[in-house]
Amino acid sequence: MKTASAKATEHLNIVIVGHVDHGKSTLLGRLYADTNSLPEGKLDKVRDICRQQGKEFEYAFLFDAFLEEQEQGITIDTARTFFTWQDRHYIIIDAPGHKEFLKNMISGAARAEAALLVIDAQEGIKEQSKKHGYLLSLLGIRQVAVVVNKMDLVGYRQDVFEAIEKEYREFLSQLKVTPERFVPVSAKLGDNIANKSANMPWYGGTTVLDSLGLFRKETSREQQPLRFPVQDVYKFDARRVIAGRIAAGRVKVGDRLVFSPSNKSALVKTVEAFNVEPVPTEATAGQSTGITLDEQIFIERGEIASREDSAPLVSTTFRCNLFWMGRHPLEAGKKYLLRLATREVECEVAIIHRIIDASDLASRETRTIVGRNEVAELTIRTKAPIAFDLYSDSEVTGRFVLVDQYDVSGGGIMTEMVTDEHTVLREEARQRDIAWVKGDVGADDRARHFGHRAALVLITGGRHTGKSFLARRLEGQLVADGRHSYLLDGANLRRGLDADMAEEDTKETVRRFGEVARLLIDTGLIVVSTTNAFGGADHQAIRTLVHPTPVIAVHMSKAEEAPPPNTDLAFPGPKDYEAIAAQIIAELKTRGVLAEALGAKPQFHYSI
Amino acid sequence: MMNSHLRQLEDQSVYIFREAYKHFDNLAMLWSMGKDSTVLLWLARKAFFGHVPFPLLHIDTSYKIPAMIEYRDRFAREWRLELVIGQNKEALAKGMNPTLGRVECCTALKTNGLKNLIAEKGYQGIILGVRADEEGTRAKERYFSPRDKHGDWDFREQPPELWDQFKTTFPEGTHIRIHPLLDWTEINIWEYIRAESIPIIDLYFDKGEGTRYRSLGCAPCTTPIKSTARTVDEIIEELRKTTVAERSGRAQDEGRGMELLRKDGYM
Repeated sequence: MKTASAKATEHLNIVIVGHVDHGKSTLLGRLYADTNSLPEGKLDKVRDICRQQGKEFEYAFLFDAFLEEQEQGITIDTARTFFTWQDRHYIIIDAPGHKEFLKNMISGAARAEAALLVIDAQEGIKEQSKKHGYLLSLLGIRQVAVVVNKMDLVGYRQDVFEAIEKEYREFLSQLKVTPERFVPVSAKLGDNIANKSANMPWYGGTTVLDSLGLFRKETSREQQPLRFPVQDVYKFDARRVIAGRIAAGRVKVGDRLVFSPSNKSALVKTVEAFNVEPVPTEATAGQSTGITLDEQIFIERGEIASREDSAPLVSTTFRCNLFWMGRHPLEAGKKYLLRLATREVECEVAIIHRIIDASDLASRETRTIVGRNEVAELTIRTKAPIAFDLYSDSEVTGRFVLVDQYDVSGGGIMTEMVTDEHTVLREEARQRDIAWVKGDVGADDRARHFGHRAALVLITGGRHTGKSFLARRLEGQLVADGRHSYLLDGANLRRGLDADMAEEDTKETVRRFGEVARLLIDTGLIVVSTTNAFGGADHQAIRTLVHPTPVIAVHMSKAEEAPPPNTDLAFPGPKDYEAIAAQIIAELKTRGVLAEALGAKPQFHYSI
Repeated sequence: MMNSHLRQLEDQSVYIFREAYKHFDNLAMLWSMGKDSTVLLWLARKAFFGHVPFPLLHIDTSYKIPAMIEYRDRFAREWRLELVIGQNKEALAKGMNPTLGRVECCTALKTNGLKNLIAEKGYQGIILGVRADEEGTRAKERYFSPRDKHGDWDFREQPPELWDQFKTTFPEGTHIRIHPLLDWTEINIWEYIRAESIPIIDLYFDKGEGTRYRSLGCAPCTTPIKSTARTVDEIIEELRKTTVAERSGRAQDEGRGMELLRKDGYM
């Protein structure tokens, strides 16, 4: 056996993919057997079982652990197997090739750094050979070696091998994947697996075993811009630890971090760890870590910390490539849960641009659904803005899954940010927040003294629905309860702040209203706002400007009607204003804005 | 010193622990006092900065080696752990023991003991220390692996698992098994015990008789192996050379034992 070059104690994850019955499990079994990597007695044990059951021994049986897999002679689920050769440790993932188990293949391939793609020399390139090739490129696996198996069945002919190589190279080149090498083998007979075959003297390349040694370890993401998705916030003891795994870059004590999409900012005070001496002062890509900050800013799971000058994108809309493996087809307009790193947000498919046929890469007719095991190009819109990157810039924060009911059903990579109607305002708010000059009194200090967080109660509805009456009643009730509240009516801005403006410039009026609300919110107030001049789109603009402050939207109407999107409370018909005000106050409590009771030490529902 | 691979394994396990803690209100972890679940316990303390914010379950078959119980109680005290002990008293009262059949005994005392405890306490997530390299069916597990209303494992319909997005939503009445050690090998476990100086039960070491336990279970169904390894270093040296399967001393693995046991909800 030849030796392969590999760095000592390195670990590499490899996946074996390809069409059903092209010999993936046999290849794996043979690789183990020919390198003496099987546990003592394993080979004999499986041979014995085969003899008892009266069937021919196959190397595939070594890893197809389920009875059903052995009976049907197919792999149902991926197996992780461990293999060491020339001081390099491999986890080899044997993925199923049957169409029905594509989601299992994806689970296996998603954690690989390199792939062996197996093609049967006699059958040639089949549907799943292409689909797997396509999915490898979508999953970001660029190191691929193609193994042309069952060469014994075609008389070890060079022309058969070369024809397959030519055809498959052409296919992969369209995906911008360049396979490292093609290896002709017979897994069953052991040709070119661990040992060079005497049956194919025309082949001068490496064996499968040596090909493994030539795969390179992925380079670390340490040098990329920092991406630290917040996984959780812990307060088990005096420390308030922001926990998470660094997706890219590095973080160290003293760094100024910006959290997106909330635009909050603080300095790293400590890097926390258990049983690590000396105490670390930095953490790098891949590490699960925890940090504390110099200020008690309110941040939640799902936000992404970065540096100021290299923050991720923020939008509600993006274009992506997605593969679907759900039980039910993906439908345009239906609601799904999107998960990106640790962020979870409701979303819908706005546009299905095209379905991509993996076998010829042609686009199919436009449709409103994407079926199981199909790949499509989509535009997705989320309910709230999310922070993300394009996949080509940052892998971990540039990919997502969709959850349908209880199941992860699709995976996608972001290819383009799409500007929505609030992109300009969002960017304004972001620049303003990041550059905001803070005093020594923080939001948490104000909350502790006031007995509540700042919030915006946005009262919407047509003319003469009692909006302004309710707003006054609510402000009065809050102040009577000892809260700090202020009524902001759009009319009050018109003669003053907006005096220089033509009245029809609603866009600018709305922007100024939003900025004034933002200022009042920063003073820690519960702002109660009402105005007749604004429509639904304007309310969305105001939300964008005050983000991430809690907004409670209350809709008033004379009769039953569909309230605007994102309404929290709707009150059609005749009103009991006292009761409505009480209901809004209850909602403020549920949302964690108000402490339960006023006193020396208020108990908050939320962490500040 | 920890090598980069051990660090990666630790980072992945810690990430899994934190996802589990975030998503499951009623979470618990199995602790058998063996090397794997003790490493698991250590990783929980890593993930939560010295705390273990959920109870540890021990399914007591009554056939455990007495030293294991002493060890359990000592560290439960020292590390301030919340310990919940489950036992299938009904089956024991009826005289269940290994001579009535190994698979039957494991099913009654371990699988059903665990299922009863899950049902009683309403746990939605159970963290276990199974590893892919232990035996064939575990090699096909997920990090987050759903069990149905009867606690059964539907291996044909396992959820996809990619990009560290796990199955964390599930219908009422079912639960999820969480496997943070899936990617660890036996040797990784020992290397980590050495790197972190984790206090491990001494049944794993030879005390001069030329034997030690390599895998710990119930006394009647677990046999020591011939070995003179007295320290963690010596165990690692021994494992580097061996070609004998880790669980060769575990009777339940014979024939199709494990597939049948695990399909019905065995750990």
